[in-house]
Amino acid sequence: MEPTDTNNPEYFHRVIDCQYGCPAHTRVPEYIRLIANKRYDDAYMINWESNVFPGILGRVCDRPCEPVCRRGRVEKNAVAICRLKRVCADNKGDIRDRLPKIPEEKNGRKIALIGGGPASLTVASDLMPLGYEVDLFDDQEAAGGFIRSQVPSFRLPQKVLDEEVNYILDMGVKTHFSTYISSMKEFLEKDYDAVFVGTGAPRGKDLMLPGREEGEAFIHVGINWLASVQYRHVEKIAKKTLVIGGGNTAMDCCRTAKRLGGNDVAVIIRGSQEKMKASPWEIEDTLHEDIPILEYLSPLEYVIEDGKLTGMLFEHAKGSPKEGEEPVLIPCNEVLLAIGQDNAFPWIEQDIGITFDDKGRPDINAKTFQSTLEKVFFGGDAAFGAQNIITAVAHGHEAALSIHLFLEGKDVNQRPIPASDLAGQKLGYHDWIYHSEVHEEQRHEVPMQPKVKSIKDRLLEVELGFDKQVGLKEALRCINCDIQTVFYRDKCIECDACVDICPTTCINFLANGDEEDLRSRLAIPANVLWEPLYVSDLLPTGRVMVKDENVCLHCGLCAERCPTAAWEMEKYTYKIAKAGQK
Amino acid sequence: MTYRRPTFRHPNLPKNDLGYTKRDYEGGISTLCAGCGHDSISNAIIQACYEMALEPHKVAKMSGIGCSSKTPAYFLGKSHGFNSVHGRMPSIATGANLANRDLTYIGVSGDGDTASIGMGQFAHVIRRNIDMTYIVMNNGCYGLTKGQDSATADRGSKSKKGAPNPFESIDLCELAIQLGAGFVARSFSGDKQQLVPLLKAALAHKGFSLIDVISPCVTFNNPDTSTKSYQYVRDHSEATATFDFIPLRMEITTTYDKGTTTPITMHDGSIINLYKSDDSVDVTSRRAAIDALEEHREQNQILTGILYISEEMRDTHEILQTCDTPLNTLTEEDLCPGSTTLAAIVDQYR
Ligand SMILES: Cc1cc2nc3c(=O)[nH]c(=O)nc-3n(C[C@H](O)[C@H](O)[C@H](O)COP(=O)(O)OP(=O)(O)OC[C@H]3O[C@@H](n4cnc5c(N)ncnc54)[C@H](O)[C@@H]3O)c2cc1C
Ligand SMILES: Cc1ncc(C[n+]2csc(CCOP(=O)(O)OP(=O)(O)O)c2C)c(N)n1
Ligand code: SF4
Ligand code: SF4
Ligand code: SF4
Ligand code: SF4
Ligand SMILES: [Mg+2]
Repeated sequence: MEPTDTNNPEYFHRVIDCQYGCPAHTRVPEYIRLIANKRYDDAYMINWESNVFPGILGRVCDRPCEPVCRRGRVEKNAVAICRLKRVCADNKGDIRDRLPKIPEEKNGRKIALIGGGPASLTVASDLMPLGYEVDLFDDQEAAGGFIRSQVPSFRLPQKVLDEEVNYILDMGVKTHFSTYISSMKEFLEKDYDAVFVGTGAPRGKDLMLPGREEGEAFIHVGINWLASVQYRHVEKIAKKTLVIGGGNTAMDCCRTAKRLGGNDVAVIIRGSQEKMKASPWEIEDTLHEDIPILEYLSPLEYVIEDGKLTGMLFEHAKGSPKEGEEPVLIPCNEVLLAIGQDNAFPWIEQDIGITFDDKGRPDINAKTFQSTLEKVFFGGDAAFGAQNIITAVAHGHEAALSIHLFLEGKDVNQRPIPASDLAGQKLGYHDWIYHSEVHEEQRHEVPMQPKVKSIKDRLLEVELGFDKQVGLKEALRCINCDIQTVFYRDKCIECDACVDICPTTCINFLANGDEEDLRSRLAIPANVLWEPLYVSDLLPTGRVMVKDENVCLHCGLCAERCPTAAWEMEKYTYKIAKAGQK
Repeated sequence: MTYRRPTFRHPNLPKNDLGYTKRDYEGGISTLCAGCGHDSISNAIIQACYEMALEPHKVAKMSGIGCSSKTPAYFLGKSHGFNSVHGRMPSIATGANLANRDLTYIGVSGDGDTASIGMGQFAHVIRRNIDMTYIVMNNGCYGLTKGQDSATADRGSKSKKGAPNPFESIDLCELAIQLGAGFVARSFSGDKQQLVPLLKAALAHKGFSLIDVISPCVTFNNPDTSTKSYQYVRDHSEATATFDFIPLRMEITTTYDKGTTTPITMHDGSIINLYKSDDSVDVTSRRAAIDALEEHREQNQILTGILYISEEMRDTHEILQTCDTPLNTLTEEDLCPGSTTLAAIVDQYR
């Protein structure tokens, strides 16, 4: 292999699995260390810069960082990255004076945001500080998009939502609530310099089966029903309710139903529980609330008697032990459908220059988020279909950068390179600026409200979050993957001390080969292919140093045992390029 | 501040025939200087014992005094050990081996511990052919007492202090061959590819085996002017022949060309395959081995690998015709023939 080019900003970034896996590239280890130092405000701001909604995401983020967390490969469980985010949000003081300053004098550019969800709000938070005038339009009564209308209060209290949404609106965003944009053609006449479409994927899928029309009053599309609950238009549901679907929306529907009188609510899925789309922790919480999940049932018919829904008929689906047997009737009086969402743009005319693919999705450049009409940008669920909040935020940052480049007359495809920096950590022989000791505690459980109490009140937050002490202990589980082991080949005398001390057998000295060959010849073959190999130039004995980054504990022992400081522990800071930042 | 080694290991750590991982052969964290060759040898011992699937509780580590003699604390943490007096490891090992012949004995010593204060003991443990693997971690100096030249330092070699050593050096390998050792080898701490199989072969050898491992003292004796430095050893070493060690349990899958390969069957049935080239040394001949050592010395070359091997020799227990049961497990009943038998014996002499 060629020697690793550590000047490529993505190399060491890849080693920080959590940050790399976070769509917004939040500097996770940095904020976790700040929590360990009880610097909650600083930890909050590190988060805010990347993900804009630390308090919200610290509760309801989809956490793509956790399955890839290195800790989860050296022992059973990943670091509770998401819960730690909440620790800094819960314990911070008033941080308002640390938010970006908004210039009195505007830059003369005006942009519009259609939809008030996390994607649009992120665009606003990046562009307001640059002097843009920002108008936000949403058909709801308040900003937040689906986070407000869908995510139930027992998972996310309204207070937390309001606080973080208002940080952005208070920058001076001009809001136009309860305003549905029904024609893009007319809207474009308003002469905005750029328009960002962050309207989400607002159409819940229906399930057209016999009985659907007669049962209309008892059959609800899940996301519409959840919104009605959030806005208090609906306050109860039948005792016997069925929720159809196995994603996170289904989990929210059944848990909300349980709190509104649906004591006998059950979830119906077509496949097996293992293959459900919902996040593992959402399934866990659902089961914890004694809601059964019935597997391998495929809906056939809504059963209506005397104009009322009395049950639903199901076929035993493929994989069921009862496959081929008679269909089964499950009695119920209401049904919630949670079988997916589409993005829909009935309000965007076909002849205005914005083209769509055959699935009705807008044609968008995946890097710049620009549509085929150059001043119109898309992001969040509106861009590539339903995803999650943190992805919407990531889109928002990129789209804001594009809008800024576009309005400065620059090429939106020429993205500035991310800012990166390596900083030495050495204090003495065995002393480092960072806490290099690896703590061997297991992941901490998050405390919860007693079940009897929480299922009576849909507004009561179920999770209590870590307190400061547990937060500290959990923070110390993080193994500082941003503290890189940097190899200085010219200093190495090939004494093997680093190889011998490394607890997880990362370091090897051997004859070079191609990647596949090298991976197979390491002391322990490197078979986690998405983890990079760090390869040096030739050493005096004709060998190369090859480090498998996969399970490096960042413990610094290699650097401590190296007699010549050929290994250094250096903190890698990587920040994505944002609008207006140098 | 750390000085703890995390207990996490690679999730795919392989297991040996006993179901143990390498971790089961580790010891405490080393307190030697960073980069000390001795640490590499400790790790080679861990690797060899792991690969040989020795039962840790059936190994005894014996040592004297010195940085080298401290290393048994850093490997085989679940084995027996005796950190004895300076230069006296051989007599402790002799006693232990006579008392319990069932253990595998690994002696660890330094060049000071062996070639200075322990020289007398060294000679006699070889003469008696105690069944043990004697490892000299040879750095040409007294590391623990701050780097004075030792008796293995070559004449003219300059340590960190800078003054050339005025005295002749002792070649422990040559001496051991003369004294009748059946397995003599030399290696380098920076070459595990050679050292690990050598250790395995030495452990399989019945009787005394010596491995003299050049092991740079990074703190006091590693300038390029020292003949025991990383740089010098790398530039001046040459191996007798390449070889493969095939443990007893392993199936032999490759076929060897008879003309160039000499197989040596060891006492326990393992095989060493020596690969010959035109200029390789006949390591089965004492005289040739000593000649080769002398020739290389004249050319300022360090000869490494197996220097001499003979599987014909009898170890102490065979020489003394002791019983198969370890002496320390014999009970009074086994040892005392009873008054009737005793009386009969005494009667013979009346
Ligand atoms: C039940 C449910 C639970 C969820 N839970 C989680 C979770 O726990 N974690 C997570 O990360 N994600 C969750 N999601 C997904 C998450 O809510 C979305 O991915 C995210 O909110 C998308 O953000 P966005 O900015 O693209 O748009 P949205 O948040 O969808 O906001 C779009 C806004 O635009 C408005 N709008 C649409 N069209 C128009 C128009 N023509 N004119 C004016 N306004 C318009 C909509 O009413 C809405 O307010 C959940 C989704 C659902 C349905
Ligand atoms: C009887 C006795 N004499 C002298 C000493 C001092 N002493 C301790 S270690 C040592 C030399 C060790 O040299 P070596 O065996 O080469 O070990 P190294 O530290 O080089 O590995 C000496 C002379 C001692 N401990 N005991
Ligand atoms: S251990 Fe810490 S730095 Fe490493 S991936 Fe997990 S959270 Fe990130
Ligand atoms: S920091 Fe060095 S010693 Fe520690 S696990 Fe990583 S490579 Fe191994
Ligand atoms: S410890 Fe340092 S000098 Fe020794 S092999 Fe490792 S990097 Fe090279
Ligand atoms: S003094 Fe020399 S022999 Fe002793 S530990 Fe340090 S480097 Fe090793
Ligand atoms: Mg010595």
